[in-house]
Amino acid sequence: MMAEEGIRLTAEQKKRRRARNIAIAAAIGALVVLFYVVTIVKLGPGVLNRPI
Amino acid sequence: MSLAEVREEMVDEAWAGGQGGVGDYLALLKPRVMSLVIFTALVGIAIAPGGIHPVLGFTALLCIAIGAGASGALNMWYDADIDRVMSRTRNRPIPAGKVTRSEALAFGMTLAVLSVLVLGLLVNWLSAGLLAFTIFFYVVIYTMWLKRSTPQNIVIGGAAGAFPPMVGWAAVTGSVSLESIVLFLIIFMWTPPHFWALALFKSSDYEAAGVPMMPVVAGDASTRNQILLYSLILAPVGVLPYALGFGGLVYGVTSGVLGAAFLLLAYRVWRNREGDEARRSAIRLFSFSILYLFLLFAVLLGEHLAVSLLTGVA
Repeated sequence: MMAEEGIRLTAEQKKRRRARNIAIAAAIGALVVLFYVVTIVKLGPGVLNRPI
Repeated sequence: MSLAEVREEMVDEAWAGGQGGVGDYLALLKPRVMSLVIFTALVGIAIAPGGIHPVLGFTALLCIAIGAGASGALNMWYDADIDRVMSRTRNRPIPAGKVTRSEALAFGMTLAVLSVLVLGLLVNWLSAGLLAFTIFFYVVIYTMWLKRSTPQNIVIGGAAGAFPPMVGWAAVTGSVSLESIVLFLIIFMWTPPHFWALALFKSSDYEAAGVPMMPVVAGDASTRNQILLYSLILAPVGVLPYALGFGGLVYGVTSGVLGAAFLLLAYRVWRNREGDEARRSAIRLFSFSILYLFLLFAVLLGEHLAVSLLTGVA
């Protein structure tokens, strides 16, 4: 059976892909923190005032 | 290299995805343009009446900045063919082969949608609507339509660059008012002399790319007339914040002096039409125009902060 001929990334390309992925993760993390902080700012203590 | 060859080559490049580093994607956001947008939007946020919670103010500024960056990326996606021909833009990520056009499109669209949604959800929907309109105006009206079809391209397209302080103002007040329209007008009137001064000493670039900039289509003489004309409108418009009472005395004096200096430099561009002196005059006006806009907004901001500190009112 022949080996699969696909696109093989060079070491440099893998390094860049890793850097891009880390940047995306950081951006998503920052967005989560932003939404959390804005929620606290907007609701203040009212964030706990939630009748069940 | 001709435009046809460039276009053909770009088809081959479509296979070459996944090469860009983080820095290449940051370059797609046009960080230098973004810095001016951030600054003018910050002034809009800071001087708007009523004030805003610092976290929400920061959020609004972040969204405006990302929205501006998204416009930059979408502009580079659409303009990749002419960017390769012009010396000023040849090293941008797409012509340099670091990022493909479809990657830039996806990146720009994602950021555009995200910035508008986040601004709407966290701050208010009027400012989000204005931001969405700004991105649409820059990418569709300016980049796709006007830029390649009329020498008035940057006059009308300049509106896109003039919106940020208005978006910032709307983020705080939830409305559009006369003051924010004046801030808009200052940048709007500033754009034509600023870009035409650049086009006067870079016109061969635009010509090679087939972009109908004013000097290419109407000639240098007509461009010089129009630079002077717009400068004559800009100088008094720059003083309007003082006349309307939301700029103080320091702003009134500064804007008057800077406006006079702007007019003088525009006059020199108009008078010096030949050789090195003509080129130097255009470069001088171009450099000064950046300082002019920066100083006007900086003084407006500084004055407002000083008054807030003295009176204890934010």
